[in-house]
Amino acid sequence: MITKRIIPCLDVRDGRVVKGINFEGIRDVSSPVDLADFYSRNGADELVFYDITASSDGRRLFTDILRKTAEKVFIPLTVGGGINTVDDFDRVLKCGADKVSVNSGAIRNPSLVKEAALRYGSQCVVISADVKRVDGVFRVFAKGGRENTGLEAVKWISDCVRNGAGEVVLNSIDTDGVKKGFDLEMLDAVCNAVSVPVIASGGAGCMEDFVTLFKSLPKVDAGLAASIFHFGEVGIRELKEELSRNGIPMRLV
Amino acid sequence: MTAIIDYGVGNLFSLRSSFSAIGEKAVVSSDPEVLASADRLVLPGVGAFRDARKALDDSGLVCSVLDLVKNGKPMLGICLGMQLLFDKDYEDGEYDGLGLIPGAVRSIAETIPADLKVPQIGWNALIYRNPSRLYRYIREGDHVYFVHSYHATGCEAYTTAVTEYGGMLTASVENGNVFGTQFHPEKSGDVGLRILRAFVEMK
Repeated sequence: MITKRIIPCLDVRDGRVVKGINFEGIRDVSSPVDLADFYSRNGADELVFYDITASSDGRRLFTDILRKTAEKVFIPLTVGGGINTVDDFDRVLKCGADKVSVNSGAIRNPSLVKEAALRYGSQCVVISADVKRVDGVFRVFAKGGRENTGLEAVKWISDCVRNGAGEVVLNSIDTDGVKKGFDLEMLDAVCNAVSVPVIASGGAGCMEDFVTLFKSLPKVDAGLAASIFHFGEVGIRELKEELSRNGIPMRLV
Repeated sequence: MTAIIDYGVGNLFSLRSSFSAIGEKAVVSSDPEVLASADRLVLPGVGAFRDARKALDDSGLVCSVLDLVKNGKPMLGICLGMQLLFDKDYEDGEYDGLGLIPGAVRSIAETIPADLKVPQIGWNALIYRNPSRLYRYIREGDHVYFVHSYHATGCEAYTTAVTEYGGMLTASVENGNVFGTQFHPEKSGDVGLRILRAFVEMK
């Protein structure tokens, strides 16, 4: 039976892992290569590297870090951040990424998902959506959650999947950093609209939040989190054992 | 030395890195002489069957690879590289494979219930069938990483493991010196590296 996946997300700026609370107030955590290796050895099913660097120097540092990680970590690596063109896909895939996650780039250029899926296959294209309720409607936000695009989220995500996105990371801005659980209502709406894997992001504060996520929404394929893993509040191995005790299929290593 | 056949398809970075992680020299090459001098071959692949088959034909390597394998050189096909080993493929049409293992590649949708997602993406457990030399360092029930919409059918005599995803899907095959894994050993953590180690230790 296919297992549910637990995915730590590493936000990387200038070659270091950082984590924002509600996308602001960034704190340094650790070295991406060391952290990736640690997570891989402790049961992470996949890793997401999110490049939040703005400068070209930082980009070079990032691809260097990515290459070093991919040389020693043999679980799937997803890379996001600053992916605006098919050339950006090429740049990170050559450095060892397995999947590429697009966010603002797909908002600015609606054909990016289709072009990338045709060239690299849908399995390689992940759509990452930052979504927030505005007057009761789910809206897609751009620029790291700062700008309301006005796009209706469920329709926009469905369109991306139709264009070839092979997975969806749904990050709820409303629950991100609050640590009171995943946004079950938002996740349910998206799961019911698409037939590709959906990865829940934003809001995990404790192990129980993951149990609730997978028990209430069997269609969710994976749970993603950052700070609770980086600061050691939740250990991945312990989390997966707890989920397994609750009847959720897990890969225990 | 292991040669990873480069016919312009797929991301070979992780594959090469995973061989160096187990202390095996691996080269990525499209040079028939390099392939001939290798102790074993890896046939990678990702994407659509038709495109990969065309890329392999265009590379001009089909005859040399088939000669090497028929003369006993071990070859491991991974993911789409495994699917290329069979007689026939029915992804968006009907195509000929390399014919190294009897069987046909068909959509997993024909085997699994309609409410399951296609492709299967994620970690799933190996259920053993015929014994495999690839699995000498792992145990039945170990998890490996899959990303696929198609799988091999009609190859029960050669199937070494299946995986359960609403139905039984072919996870690996073996026919003499020809091996195939539908999953990605280079993305399957320690279990995957143990499978690759068993492969490179074969004489």
